[in-house]
Amino acid sequence: MKVLLSWLQEFAPFPSEDPVALGDVMSDLGMAVESIERIGEGLDGIVTVKVLELRKHPDADKIQLVDVDLGDGEALQICCGATNLTVGDVVPLATLGTTMPDGMEIARRKMRGEWSNGMLCSGRELALGEDHSGIYILDPALALGTPIVEALGITPDVLFDLEINPNRPDAMSVAGVARDLAARLGLPFAIPTPAIDEVAGDAAAIASVDIIDPDLCGLFHLRVIEGIKIEPSPRWIADRLTALGMRPINNVVDASNYVMLELGQPNHTYDLAKVPGGSLRVRWARDGETITTLDGIKRSLTGGRDGVITDATDVPVGIAGVMGGASTEISETTTSVLLECAWWQPMAIARSSKFMGLRSEASARFERGVDPEIVDLAARRLVELLAPSGARLVQGSVTVHGDLPVTPAVRVRAKRVNQLLGTEISTEQIVSLLTPIGFVCEEAGEADVLSVTVPTFRPDTTTETDVIEEIARHFGYSRIVGRAPTSAHTGSLTPIQRDRRIIRQILVGLGIHEAMPLPFLAPGDLARCGLPPEAVTVTNPLAAEESILRTSLRPGLLRAIAYNESHRIDSAALFEIGKSFGVPTAGTTLPDEREHLAVAIAGSDAYAVAKVWAVLSETLGLDGIAIDQSTPPAGLHPGRSGVLVSGGVLVGEIGEIDPGVLDALGIRERVAWLQLDLGAALAEPHGEHRYHPISRYPSSDLDLAFEVSDSVPASTIAAVIREAAGPLLVDLSLFDVFRGHPVPESHRSLAYRLRLQAQDRTLTEEDLSGIQRTVVDGAASAGAVLRG
Amino acid sequence: MIDDIKRIGADAPARIAAATTVDELRTVEADLLGKKGELTALKKGMGGLDPEGRKVAGAALNEARESIETALASRRTELEAAERAATVASERLDLTELVDLPERGSLHLVTQTWDRLVDVFIGMGFTVAEGPEVETDWYNFEALNIPAAHPARGMWDTLYVDLGDPETVLLRTHTSPVQIRVMTDGEPPIYAVMPGRVYRRDTADASHMPVFHQIEGLVVDRNISFADLAGTLEAFTSAYFGGSIHSRLRPSYFPFTEPSAEYDINCVFCEGNGCRTCGQTGWLELGGCGMVHPTVLTNVGLDPEEWSGFAFGFGLDRLSLMRHGVDDIREMYTGDVRFLEQFPS
Repeated sequence: MKVLLSWLQEFAPFPSEDPVALGDVMSDLGMAVESIERIGEGLDGIVTVKVLELRKHPDADKIQLVDVDLGDGEALQICCGATNLTVGDVVPLATLGTTMPDGMEIARRKMRGEWSNGMLCSGRELALGEDHSGIYILDPALALGTPIVEALGITPDVLFDLEINPNRPDAMSVAGVARDLAARLGLPFAIPTPAIDEVAGDAAAIASVDIIDPDLCGLFHLRVIEGIKIEPSPRWIADRLTALGMRPINNVVDASNYVMLELGQPNHTYDLAKVPGGSLRVRWARDGETITTLDGIKRSLTGGRDGVITDATDVPVGIAGVMGGASTEISETTTSVLLECAWWQPMAIARSSKFMGLRSEASARFERGVDPEIVDLAARRLVELLAPSGARLVQGSVTVHGDLPVTPAVRVRAKRVNQLLGTEISTEQIVSLLTPIGFVCEEAGEADVLSVTVPTFRPDTTTETDVIEEIARHFGYSRIVGRAPTSAHTGSLTPIQRDRRIIRQILVGLGIHEAMPLPFLAPGDLARCGLPPEAVTVTNPLAAEESILRTSLRPGLLRAIAYNESHRIDSAALFEIGKSFGVPTAGTTLPDEREHLAVAIAGSDAYAVAKVWAVLSETLGLDGIAIDQSTPPAGLHPGRSGVLVSGGVLVGEIGEIDPGVLDALGIRERVAWLQLDLGAALAEPHGEHRYHPISRYPSSDLDLAFEVSDSVPASTIAAVIREAAGPLLVDLSLFDVFRGHPVPESHRSLAYRLRLQAQDRTLTEEDLSGIQRTVVDGAASAGAVLRG
Repeated sequence: MIDDIKRIGADAPARIAAATTVDELRTVEADLLGKKGELTALKKGMGGLDPEGRKVAGAALNEARESIETALASRRTELEAAERAATVASERLDLTELVDLPERGSLHLVTQTWDRLVDVFIGMGFTVAEGPEVETDWYNFEALNIPAAHPARGMWDTLYVDLGDPETVLLRTHTSPVQIRVMTDGEPPIYAVMPGRVYRRDTADASHMPVFHQIEGLVVDRNISFADLAGTLEAFTSAYFGGSIHSRLRPSYFPFTEPSAEYDINCVFCEGNGCRTCGQTGWLELGGCGMVHPTVLTNVGLDPEEWSGFAFGFGLDRLSLMRHGVDDIREMYTGDVRFLEQFPS
């Protein structure tokens, strides 16, 4: 909502000196000032000149040389990039030394070797509009050398652009903003009474309305205006509309818009001659009905959703609260006007305008709720504006009621006010804060309890809390003294939140960067990554690339790997912790949402992530999770991948991305891959890391190498060794793997070092040889043959 | 014999000094004092002397031996030091000559900001709550006092998913559904923050992403007031942004809070003096806040006469961008290592 200072001043004596300070008050009241524009400022030094001659610039195609006359008959050369000039035009010239509204200083300067003694201005450069397509052409009758402010009759003013919250229907009008502001500043506020003459007659005999559906329309007020003569609006009306962002059209349409902006009552003017019998009907639209609106677009209506105003023959002549129809539009031939001021059900207008995709200044006000008691004032004001062109209000009016909400008085307890705000505001103070904004406060029969009648222009305010917000707003949020928290409560991370931090720190320490790909996928992304295509789809995506929710972190991280590779960043190592969204399990509505950790290391084989996993699982104490390579997951390298299993439950996948998938994604390097379902993996208690006493007796090492078939995992052999060695084994490490002669085909040699130690004695040769025998026998049972 | 002893004693310093390595010194030592050394030979010859002569010669021998041993020890110390110095000198390393540096990873900027924020709030006594990213209409809108067709729904461009009845399941547009879950699943007093990923139907540009992050806070207890909200946000502001940065609240509107406010802080770039980032206002708009709306409390089964609370929320991504001077939010989400590695901590 834009407001002009001069317009606000018609309702209360606001000071002109410090618009910024005034703006600060508006912001503090919740009408945030987005910009302040000073109209007519910065135009000193800009004068009218006449174009004497247009010449080609000898050295530039896009600049021409313009000789202008400031009124002294002398030719002054200007370089100008615009091409809309003809000899004889009167145009604005920013003379040397002028500071433009945007702060630019005009100096004499050479453009490609030719002097320019000033700048000819476009509308935008003068801050008079958005037009920057050419120089602003002025009335040729203007005296040359006249200051532009005088030539255009510009009155200095200040334009505030305000952000109005949805709960402030009253602030959608100049008068409403003025009321709020005057209340805070303690200035008297009044809406002037329109001074009009009425002509004898009876509007009720000329016009009528029938509200068929009272749940659509709460109030329909009709007036008849005679003596209409269509002509352009007076300059001051056109200027104010323009300043507030509306295009002047003709005196009737402009007066209608002016009243809406000033008083917040959207209204509609029908050409009475085009409304048969002056009769209107109000009802919900029916499916299949169409109407051509004022903007010339034919629109289909939806039954029960859109409201219509029809003529007596039931043909729609307007969309309720949104836009009028073309068939009854004001035109050059209009002599009498049927004026509609209505109150529409806000939710109905919100729905209608939203689903029709048609937002208008009117619908924006109706959907917030307009003041049903302002219709008469609005009609009279409109006639007052039109009166200079001969328009006269016909006596009488038609007012038909539908369902208007009743707003009972609100019980407001001073104690509750202070409890909720943390203040000590007295009951008297509450009354003095609410009264100036139109709230009527009365004793409610209990001490420090008020019965507050809310004005009709504040339909948003229906509860005690609503009123408390108004009290706080006018008391001033900045005057509510903050109470420092003295919480006796303790804060902490949950176990999973702590584990996440540990995981991230480990991965960063291992040289891996955390990435956050978007969780959206394009159709086909899952299949390309070797994953099942079943997924939750987005109903209204903005792009196909964002139409599917990921079921795995694989596509996103691989896309990031590909992105890096294509930017010559090889061997990127990335990880992510994020959600995946599986299709809902039976009986649930929401997706099977799971938090995963994924690691992708380009340019490395599966060992890279196997080592990462070894560090992670050991740090977190996830001993129960094993790698099972017997059934490699889809989309991973069949010979180099496996699943991570915890007590028979699948908790992840580990290995290398299938070369076919890499090809499909255009990734050259190998990619080592790990994905872990954090919820499942961290569900069991883990990471207690109980203390094992360190023995004071010497330890002994036993190095044993076995020939083992490739079909037996090293982890199996390690487990067998641990089992066989018993409690004296304090450390086991695989220190060499060897394939080739003399180890048989499809076998490898696995060399382990066992560190053995007792808590209570030094181990003897017999102890060691006994353990060796047991270990060798145990390994043999798993198919491992001790190498000689 | 005495003369021989004296001669040996007199020559010894020069012979010791002539040794240039520890090995050479060892040879000199053997020549002088070893089993077959010169003094040893003389000592063996003492048997032929009379007791008086033996006594004199013995004394001379001891004197010579002692002085030689002293000289040897001192020379040995010298030579060892010299040899160690030579070894050390030959072992010189240029510590800037680094090959095969260990790789260093990095935490995502969002994670870094997330952790910092969470740490401040934990210090203020808050727990950290989380919830699903795909939500029902109830948790994201209805329970928060935003019924269907409420004009305020236009404040959020919502992405829906094809589950359940049309437009009933959605990608949460804010982390507020977690507030509802915390209030529904637990009992007051509640002091919790809820960081998380949120979604909007927005085309990506330099300052918008369809996916971004927020942190919200919720306090529900007896006698919680707007003054507590203001005090808590002020305490957070100076703890997170530094003691010279303060907060202010301006009236605003949200369906789920009343009174509602905008939460501004002094511009962290100009400390409130006015600069380009803050549009010369000296203030940065950080987020929204307010007293939990009575309808919201009722919706989660709490009596607004008994319990009151406040909530606040703000975007997390912008804080990350601001801290490091990143001017395009999209950079954070491409996974470009050249970007990620710039922010190791």
